[in-house]
Amino acid sequence: MRQIAVYGKGGIGKSTTTQNTVAGLSQAGYKCMIVGCDPKADATRLILHAKAQTTVMDLARERGTVEDLEVNEVLLTGFNNIRCAESGGPEPGVGCAGRGVITAINFLEENGAYDADTDFVFYDVLGDVVCGGFAMPMREGKAKEIYIVTSGEMMAMYAANNISRGILKYAHSGGVRLGGLICNSRKTDKEYELISELAKKLGTQLIHFVPRDNQVQRAELRRMTVIEYSPEHPQADEYRTLAKKIADNRDLVIPTPISMDELEQLLMDFGIMESEAAAA
Amino acid sequence: MSTAIKDTQQMIEEVLSAYPEKAKKDRAKHLAANDPTGQCSTCQVKSNVKSRPGVMTVRGCAYAGAKGVVWGPVKDQITVSHGPIGCGQYSWWARRNYYNGQTGVNTFGTMHITTDFQEKDIVYGGDKGLDAALHELKELFPLAKGIGILSECPVGLIGDDIEAVSKKVAKEFSIPIVPVRCEGFRGVSQSLGHHIANDTIKDYVLGKGKVEKSTAYDVALIGDYNIGGDAWASRKMLEEMGLRVIAQWTGDASVNELGIAHKAKLNLIHCYRSMNYICRHMEEEYGIPWVEFNFFGPTKIYQSIRKIASYFDDKIKENAEKVIEKYKPIMDAVIEQYMPRLEGKKVMLYVGGLRPRHTIGAYEDLGMEVVAAGYEFGHNDDYKRTYPEMKEGAVIMDDATLYELEEFTRRLKPDMVGSGIKEKYSYHKMGVPFRQMHSWDYSGPYHGFDGFPVFARDMDMTVNSPTWDLIRRKRN
Repeated sequence: MRQIAVYGKGGIGKSTTTQNTVAGLSQAGYKCMIVGCDPKADATRLILHAKAQTTVMDLARERGTVEDLEVNEVLLTGFNNIRCAESGGPEPGVGCAGRGVITAINFLEENGAYDADTDFVFYDVLGDVVCGGFAMPMREGKAKEIYIVTSGEMMAMYAANNISRGILKYAHSGGVRLGGLICNSRKTDKEYELISELAKKLGTQLIHFVPRDNQVQRAELRRMTVIEYSPEHPQADEYRTLAKKIADNRDLVIPTPISMDELEQLLMDFGIMESEAAAA
Repeated sequence: MSTAIKDTQQMIEEVLSAYPEKAKKDRAKHLAANDPTGQCSTCQVKSNVKSRPGVMTVRGCAYAGAKGVVWGPVKDQITVSHGPIGCGQYSWWARRNYYNGQTGVNTFGTMHITTDFQEKDIVYGGDKGLDAALHELKELFPLAKGIGILSECPVGLIGDDIEAVSKKVAKEFSIPIVPVRCEGFRGVSQSLGHHIANDTIKDYVLGKGKVEKSTAYDVALIGDYNIGGDAWASRKMLEEMGLRVIAQWTGDASVNELGIAHKAKLNLIHCYRSMNYICRHMEEEYGIPWVEFNFFGPTKIYQSIRKIASYFDDKIKENAEKVIEKYKPIMDAVIEQYMPRLEGKKVMLYVGGLRPRHTIGAYEDLGMEVVAAGYEFGHNDDYKRTYPEMKEGAVIMDDATLYELEEFTRRLKPDMVGSGIKEKYSYHKMGVPFRQMHSWDYSGPYHGFDGFPVFARDMDMTVNSPTWDLIRRKRN
């Protein structure tokens, strides 16, 4: 069983990318599971064709404690037998969502949610590694493999670098490794070159460049992955390719985060400034 | 520099030599040989800074200071420990703050209320549970005059908005609901908790109480927590002097008393460390002078009575003399009875923020000598008040470690040690007479004319108990 966590700046497309990739893996014959680590609980919507399934924490709140739950109450099966769980958590501005992630993951683990014939568990984690709770999937030897979703936008790259720092922190104690960057294209200038270079600086690879395509939005509106909605569409193949690359990936590294200055220099080197001048 | 100071410095040096270099350097700043004149520059201790990790400090936390010391004794308000169960459980009625009233009906001192945080309260926030708890409390105890919400650590970590809950519920109930942000991780000791609690009294209660009439002799007794009935013994004396004690803070205090202290003509402060803040505030805001006093042992009592009387007219001054005249024979008889059994005995004290200096006079009245004294959470101003009270070359300790206490005990060979529950059993094992000086070892009162005979009896009982000789000690 490989446990994989997907991190990246908020809104970058982690959940969409994860679900499409997992759909691709499941079609390739792997038995997969997705654990949503976000109080919004929308990490499994495209697989289950519905949002707001019963989350671990919401049910725990209802019952009193997490000990009162059965694992099959929170583990649902969706497209192509992909199993899904959501940690759940508080509404914005109250409580501690990070603690919710810790509690939920421990519950799933202790109650045998990951059975022996599961090939892949994907943790889809909210935004940045803001606190210990959101680092949970990479701690204590849970997910040993991290993928960071990014784009050519400065703040997405900044977040990717920050997440690398989080991985570095747990690399020696928990054995976690960076598997690569996934570029979810925003069609910024020289995006492929830029992210390839960032990957190189971080000591990792750009595992796949996912082009921008509105087919993703069309599928999402219908609560489906592209692979389910339009299996013949070229975008579906992109995700299948990404899935295959991840399945075959043996290039797991301890990242080498860079400084803010280096990051800015990278943007300069790739001619953002020049093209700005050209645009003006 | 005198030889007494040099000898003590030499001894401190020896004790410190067991530490690694960094710890030694740090702890050296907290231990000193006393110089009563305050001229010796190396005789001042550093205080109120973070404890060194690994030294086994006996300090408490901000919650302990706010809940256990300042707010806990207020009798007709309900004190809610907001958070998981442990903090409330282990601070339950630990200080024996006596009070009058019908517990569970109109007073709640010995009761313990907690919101008992569970995992779900951490994840989803505890505000809704707090709101529900407050409503349940109001229904169960309609005579409660206020509710205090004492934050435990998790409340601060998850950022619950207890102020908003308090505001809303206070409006519904028309009683003060006081949110106290005393999360234990704040500050370096329980001292910050005292300060935070003082600030909440100021913000939520002070100035809002009703007092029927005022007289020229109205005083407030501040910083007496009525341990074993201490405040009652003090109050009795003040009333015999002709003063009218309109408020007692916070031992046997009511919420109304917290609301009217600003009407006093003079604030009398017993525990300077825990309540000087509110006295300073009342001085600035309402122009009320405040005076420190010491009701331990006749010498200090006489001095204090005269000092307090000096703020009033001749009638009070005359009364003061009459009171002294009345009780002096009783005090002298106590001294006569116990002095022969206690004279020349050496005492080592390590307590909170006041008693190490305040009880020195009482020991001296009995012919005893305090050879070492230290505070868990004293500040610079506490030590300044301590140096003149002690002999040259006495040991001054700040935030002492168990190792240091043991070593000083071996070297100074005190006839008794006065400290707290955490030190008690190691001293029992060492076979050194020991008295708990936080809780008076389940005895008291020790304040005032009523307290001194009890104090003298207890010290005799401690020092001269044959029990200590029955403890098998290693010969060394």
